[in-house]
Amino acid sequence: MYLPSALRSLLLACRAAGKTGWPAAALAALLPVLLLLPASAGAQSGPVRTIHQEKSLYRNILVTEDNERRCMRFTLTELGGQNQSCRFLDDHDKLVFPYAKMVLTSLLVQDNPRRILIIGLGGGTLVHTYSRLFPTAEIVVAEIDEAVVKVAERYFDYRSTGQIKTVAEDGRLYIKRAGLRKETFDLVILDAFNGDYIPEHLMTAEFLQEVRALLPAEGMIVANTFSSSRLYHAESQTYASVFGSLFNIRMANTGNRIIVVSAAPLPDKTTLDQRAAAMGDRLRAFGVDIRGMTQYVKTTPDWDTKARILTDQYAPVNQLNN
Amino acid sequence: MPTSRRPAKGLCYTAGRLFGTRFMTASRPSRQNLLVLCLAFVSGFIIMAIELLGGRILAPFFGSSIYVWGSIITVFMLSLSIGYLLGGRQSLHDPRLRRYGSFFLAAAVLLLPLILQGDALMEWMFLQVEDPRYGSLLASMLLFFLPTAVLGMIAPYSVRLLVADHQRSGHIAGLLYFISTLGSALGTLATSFYLVLWFEVNQILITMSLVLALTGLGAILFERGSPEPISGP
Repeated sequence: MYLPSALRSLLLACRAAGKTGWPAAALAALLPVLLLLPASAGAQSGPVRTIHQEKSLYRNILVTEDNERRCMRFTLTELGGQNQSCRFLDDHDKLVFPYAKMVLTSLLVQDNPRRILIIGLGGGTLVHTYSRLFPTAEIVVAEIDEAVVKVAERYFDYRSTGQIKTVAEDGRLYIKRAGLRKETFDLVILDAFNGDYIPEHLMTAEFLQEVRALLPAEGMIVANTFSSSRLYHAESQTYASVFGSLFNIRMANTGNRIIVVSAAPLPDKTTLDQRAAAMGDRLRAFGVDIRGMTQYVKTTPDWDTKARILTDQYAPVNQLNN
Repeated sequence: MPTSRRPAKGLCYTAGRLFGTRFMTASRPSRQNLLVLCLAFVSGFIIMAIELLGGRILAPFFGSSIYVWGSIITVFMLSLSIGYLLGGRQSLHDPRLRRYGSFFLAAAVLLLPLILQGDALMEWMFLQVEDPRYGSLLASMLLFFLPTAVLGMIAPYSVRLLVADHQRSGHIAGLLYFISTLGSALGTLATSFYLVLWFEVNQILITMSLVLALTGLGAILFERGSPEPISGP
């Protein structure tokens, strides 16, 4: 976001503060993060080295490595803040973060996606996992930041292939045009939200209706978002308003939560458990105990159902997230 | 300054006292000058509020990539520059508050297509132009060019209404830029931090349009109430 003159400096300052934290704020935030969140900077083994750093049009991109894992970060330094994407150095299949395991839980709703759309690339963890699970599936990735694609290719072995197509475009635009072309996707994964700045046009009821128009009868949307702040209520209620019911997957020790919505009615708990039992072995290679995951799938609203729905007219997403 | 003429205008009055006492008490009737400064503040506020909302308005159709902000800023700079040119020319002939107020009324009316038909216009543009760069540039032109150009006319016209003495013209232009740019800063801050949190985009735009209409009417009525000939150097 670049604006000129007075506005530009003001907005850049605000965004810098919101996105990366003032240096002092980042330092102040570091201690509690190290102490409380084993999933982020705390679980490192050995010293963290920065092996690549660049400023893209949209953010600072950092690739860090310790003795166990390599991570992509959208922060200024290797300290504080969250990793976008990590993988283990010795096992590229095994998922590092609970959020990725929670995303895979959606396979209990629909277990054989033929066409997959992923909004937001990061280190390409989800693309890797889904292409390993479904080698013949066609995967389209829309990533707004070309620099992220380049870093993923260079440091995370990400490749566009005959099956995997990468588009450097805003997710909403891709979805609008795909709708005009009457394309359908069995699975749409929304993973464009990092904790510091959220594209508000990817959270509104109108957007969800546009995504819904891409879904065939059994198609579903899986969104990786946040479990805290006032945004939680507004976002949950927005999904509920468009889809009626949703799976809300939440775990302790992670700030992420996963929303699963489907064009078809969502399965009940017994069905989930049966499918988890059948799928267990297939997901073990990815470090996912799917049988243990069904307990985190919630259907009853634990949010304020009176929260104001997010629309293209009203979407103070980042203000609500503070 | 005689107390009987002191206007109850709070902020503008204080600002006038703080930064313009010397020229206010010079030869020019001070109430009109305060009115002009207040209106310049309002126009500065609204220009940047609309520019900021521009990103929100375009995002559903053109995304929030760097092109979209590039388009919005280009169109605002272009329309303001043309507005400055036209406003300056207008000020050559019989400068008066009534004409000044009519700029505000015109801007209020020119905001209506954006409010009433914005989505339809953007959808049409989205279908016509595949490239998000030129799509957002042309949509910005369609939606923002006219109201912003008219708002741009206000600045040079304000200078003409305020300047009584060319010795002080730089001082007065500086004061005016100060007030209107301060309005821009506050318009940006208020919109991005609070207004979008409380209101829908169109509610904010409708309010801006109403404020422009009311201030414009105010300027016109002010001239009727106390016709003060503008005599310049």
